[in-house]
Amino acid sequence: MAASTMAVPQADVPLSANLKGKVGMWCLITAESSIFLIFVVAYLYYAGKSISGPTPAQVLDIPYFASICLFASSGTIMLAEKALHRGNVKRFGLFWFLTLALGVIFLFKTGAEWYRLIYHEGLTISTNLFGTTYYSLVGLHAFHVTVGAIGLTTILLFTLFGAVKQEHAERISVFGMYWHFVDAIWVVVLSVVYFITR
Amino acid sequence: MAEAQPIVPPLVIPQEREGSRPFVQVLHDWIVTVDHKRLGIMYFSYGILALVIGGIEASIMRAQLAVANNNLVSPEVFNQLFTMHGTTMIFFAAMPIVFGIANYLTPLMIGARDMAFPRLNAWGFWMTAFGGIILYFSFVGGFGLYGAGSAPDVGWFAYAPLTSPAFSVGHSTDYWTIGLLISGFGSIATGLNIMTTVLCMRGPGMKLNRMPMLVWLNSVMAFLILVAIGPLTAAQLMLLIDRFLGGHFFDTQAGGSAVIWMHFFWIFGHPEVYILVLPAFGILSEVIPVFSRKPIFGYNIMVAATVAIGFISLSVWAHHMFTVGMTSYANAFFVASTSAIAVPTGIKIFNWVGTMWGGKITFTTAMLFSVAAVAQMLIAGLTGIMLAAAPFDWQLGNSYFVIAHFHYVILGVIVFGVFSAAYYWYPKVTGRMMSETLGKWHFWLFLIGFHMTFDFMHIPGLLGMPRRIYTYEASRGWQTWNTIVSIGVIFQALAVLIWVFNATKSYFRGKIAGSDPWDAWTLEWSTSSPPPDYNFAELPVVRSRRPLWDLKHPEDPDWKYE
Amino acid sequence: MRSRNCEWHNSTLRNLAKRALLGLFFVTVMGWGATGFALGPSSTPSIFSPDSTPAHDIYHLSLFVMAVCLGIFLVVFSLIVYSIVKYRRKATDDDREPPQIYGSNQVELAWTVIPILIVVVLFLAAARVIHAVEDAEFPPNTIEVTATGHQFWWEFQYPAYSFTTANELHVPVSDGSHPTPTHIILLSADTDHSFWVPQLAGKIDLIPNRRNEMWIDPKVPGHYVGQCAQYCGMQHAKMLLNVFVDTPEDFQKWVQQQKEPATTSDQVAAGRKVFEANACMNCHTITGTISHGRFGPDLTHLMSRTTIASGAAPNTQDNLTLWIKDPDAIKPGCLMPAMQLDEQDVNALVAYLMSLH
Ligand code: HEA
Ligand code: HEA
Ligand code: HEC
Ligand code: CUA
Ligand SMILES: [Cu+2]
Repeated sequence: MAASTMAVPQADVPLSANLKGKVGMWCLITAESSIFLIFVVAYLYYAGKSISGPTPAQVLDIPYFASICLFASSGTIMLAEKALHRGNVKRFGLFWFLTLALGVIFLFKTGAEWYRLIYHEGLTISTNLFGTTYYSLVGLHAFHVTVGAIGLTTILLFTLFGAVKQEHAERISVFGMYWHFVDAIWVVVLSVVYFITR
Repeated sequence: MAEAQPIVPPLVIPQEREGSRPFVQVLHDWIVTVDHKRLGIMYFSYGILALVIGGIEASIMRAQLAVANNNLVSPEVFNQLFTMHGTTMIFFAAMPIVFGIANYLTPLMIGARDMAFPRLNAWGFWMTAFGGIILYFSFVGGFGLYGAGSAPDVGWFAYAPLTSPAFSVGHSTDYWTIGLLISGFGSIATGLNIMTTVLCMRGPGMKLNRMPMLVWLNSVMAFLILVAIGPLTAAQLMLLIDRFLGGHFFDTQAGGSAVIWMHFFWIFGHPEVYILVLPAFGILSEVIPVFSRKPIFGYNIMVAATVAIGFISLSVWAHHMFTVGMTSYANAFFVASTSAIAVPTGIKIFNWVGTMWGGKITFTTAMLFSVAAVAQMLIAGLTGIMLAAAPFDWQLGNSYFVIAHFHYVILGVIVFGVFSAAYYWYPKVTGRMMSETLGKWHFWLFLIGFHMTFDFMHIPGLLGMPRRIYTYEASRGWQTWNTIVSIGVIFQALAVLIWVFNATKSYFRGKIAGSDPWDAWTLEWSTSSPPPDYNFAELPVVRSRRPLWDLKHPEDPDWKYE
Repeated sequence: MRSRNCEWHNSTLRNLAKRALLGLFFVTVMGWGATGFALGPSSTPSIFSPDSTPAHDIYHLSLFVMAVCLGIFLVVFSLIVYSIVKYRRKATDDDREPPQIYGSNQVELAWTVIPILIVVVLFLAAARVIHAVEDAEFPPNTIEVTATGHQFWWEFQYPAYSFTTANELHVPVSDGSHPTPTHIILLSADTDHSFWVPQLAGKIDLIPNRRNEMWIDPKVPGHYVGQCAQYCGMQHAKMLLNVFVDTPEDFQKWVQQQKEPATTSDQVAAGRKVFEANACMNCHTITGTISHGRFGPDLTHLMSRTTIASGAAPNTQDNLTLWIKDPDAIKPGCLMPAMQLDEQDVNALVAYLMSLH
């Protein structure tokens, strides 16, 4: 048939199939955002509505150090991606490790904060509305960081065994998108929990 | 024109008849498959199975309500029945069915070899399947084994605080929550997959504005899945936190709010009903043009209307909450946004009529179902408009009028659309035609049953009959209507049985279909029936919205006009 | 460009108009006959027989909305029927394809703009009634009632007269010259419920940890029925509402009676003892005695009610006896336990309850 041999005008070609990882990740981010949105709304709605203490102002300290670590990890992962793009796997591994380390520090600090809240301030998830919404929102985020850290570890191991090559740069950057998303969510959580309602 | 020759020479890949291999091996192939066509069929069959189970639950409810003061089932069982019926139908019948259709057809219609993420696709199906199994395990699990059955009995929207540990002892509510949570993950995976497939996997020349209507509607559906399932997931996580960790999200004793659950649920729940109806609209938009022998009227506007419906539907959720005592401003806002949906929906109805207008309509079974669906959408939409006038809803809300309204849409449009699709694409999927004679029986019986049940169901609502009651007094004057409603179900069940019989029989005995039995225009008809493993031997090049029309009418192709 | 305009035949339009008018006429006639104004209460609580201002306002709105919907239905349905009858393939047709028409911007514009206008009208009509009902002001002699929903019964408190009753609401009739509307505060003790007496007003939910309100001003005395309209658990179906609209004199008499403490008489002292020696007193209040329970209905003037257990059974001696022996026999799943009393105690109890006028 004539039609099937015709040259295809450039504009008719859909998004490249190579982009499907990124598009898929955007879809996932959309879905995840709507989950977080509901938790944030619940947090804001219940702010100040607890009928017993403690209140956020009494027990929450702003986690400057942890936040700086997490935000910095967004930078290091970008550097890692760049390195891989240029084919420098060593440098990639280094920055990838740094990202993981920063993520783990963040998780560790969160853990320490929770320990303090539970054992010294007596705030658990069932203490009052503040406890419920606080642990849920921060915990949901920490869960995402944990998933990210597991992903980072896996890829780090692959790198150490020499399985990560330049041609994987595209897929690695899809993972990078997830990490950036987790970071961006922290901006929201941080401002809602520690600045707006404290 | 009646030339039914395949235009693109079909690939002849000798397909082994399934029966010739050992059963275990066939089963194994199906279980591990990542092929979009098989997953499509699996989704669809799973949904039909759930439809029959949910239908049997509905039939028991209707038997109980057929006469006043009936004692067929206890109040406890009745409450479990409507909860399981609603949950099953929405999450495990309607959604898998539309997902099945989307899975099967999307790659075929856009000239792709598979979905973007075949393995994720399989994962999504199995999540949905496990969700349903968990839900139904409630009948035997937990307390069910050594006590009363513990199927959930909180209604399909599970309002707080009825779901709190204080009012729902045992684990019935947890089966509901966890089952839906898991199937929700599956739905998100499917939404993500459809979206990515449409954006990235289109074949050569398949521009966005050349995609078949069904693909467009499925993409808007996928978008709604991505933004709307999240709120349900979040709300269910909160409920689990309340129930297992002693949280207070919905604990009214500790200052929690019952109303915020309603908001969260309906922020999901309303878009959800459009998730279900949009694919049905897509089916109508494929079937009606082919059997009217005309292109869809106003393609661009149809697409725009779809997108408008998608966006507006995100802002109307509280029309399910007109009776919870919102301020007059909030009520007025939701009246406005809800009624606004009438405009794009109306555009769709008018364009379907415009498509038929001036055509040469053939009433195959598929077309009959589609035309009936258009008329029924009109009626169901108008009862929706009555509900959308908030004060009117203060009378109608939570009455049988609402039940009638949404069954009118769900049965009258979605199920009719699905039946239409079943007759239209059956030849593509199996390679054989379904019997038209049995098809006509199916159609007319179902039409009669549907109208008997759901037309008359409006009336007890207007006469003050609330929903979710296991019985009522004879003196209320509702009995006659309820009896008629219940009798209609018999016709529906018969019709469904005929359909199942028809589909089974035609699979073995049906006339061989060939690749393009309806003389249709979209890409799926250019490949053999059933399509080979990778759909297309050679990816077809598309130059207009009706690639097969162009091939069949080289003297007057569409691309000259678009 | 191929031909973009459909042909709209004149004769078609005339035909349609004729059909529409005929249909409208039919439905109007039938509507009058079937609904009209049922003056006074009916055992079928139709939303089309309103007897109180909010229900009336809604009724008028509903007639308007339904007329608009009916009009749209007739027009669009006729179009559908016309197109499938006129354009079906006929035996005489040749094999050629019909003219391929892709759309028409004028037509699309028309069927976008007209619905927009209709929607605006519908919105304005609805907003007017929302405002009239929700933002109403109350005259000074408004009766206040607090209705609290319980699984599965209703508690009614009259703060101005400081007494509490259950399941059967009494309100005075409100005539135009001397309006005495009733303002109802809606609360819940456990799960969601909804207060729905269709002839008097639309429903409003009773939600724990939230205060809702509604009002009624019934015009005709009598007994109005309704029921709980929000699923609240096992016996949601048997949470009936009985509203007695009394003449002003009857209402005053009823109030006087309800304000009295419970009657006491030595003849039923045995039953009273049983009541107070058992858990009954933990759940029920009988004013003037030591029973102050709040979990179940107030029984001070039990015999002034026509039914027991929220309309589940008529208030007769037999039913009371059965109720105390086994509440589940009347209302399976209700929250009152069977107290396992012996025959003699039950009879004494019933005698005591029957004395609570
Ligand atoms: C499945 C699909 C589906 C669809 C498509 C719709 C469509 C609509 N629904 Fe429905 N609805 C449900 C499923 C659906 N609904 C379900 C499941 C429930 C109950 C859930 C539960 O409580 O269990 C519900 C409940 C529900 C309520 C809440 C009732 C209550 O609980 O008190 C309301 C109130 O506004 C409503 C309104 C509407 C409106 C306005 C539309 C509109 O989209 C309709 C638009 C269409 C038209 C209007 C017809 C065509 C238009 C024209 C011909 C143009 C001209 C018309 C005008 C200008 C008016 N619906
Ligand atoms: C996809 C959605 C869907 C579908 C298809 C249906 C289909 C039907 N529904 Fe459903 N329904 C809901 C979704 C749906 N429903 C929801 C969401 C609710 C609200 C629940 C809640 O309040 O929480 C509801 C509530 C609901 C009620 C209200 C219960 C109450 O409030 O007390 C009733 C009552 O009549 C009812 C009836 C029916 C009937 C008769 C059918 C029929 O059309 C079914 C016909 C199908 C069959 C009969 C099966 C096929 C039959 C065979 C293969 C033969 C074998 C069968 C027999 C031997 C009987 N439904
Ligand atoms: C655990 C709490 C509890 C105990 C103990 C209890 N009741 Fe009840 N009672 C209730 C509840 C709750 C209802 C309302 C049931 C319903 O309508 O769903 C009720 C209803 C009633 C009614 C009907 C009231 C009406 O107006 O409809 C009567 C009469 C009654 N109880 C008498 C008794 C007697 C006599 C005893 C002791 C032998 C008793 N109750 C013990 C909780 C209790
Ligand atoms: Cu109370 Cu339903
Ligand atoms: Cu809705």
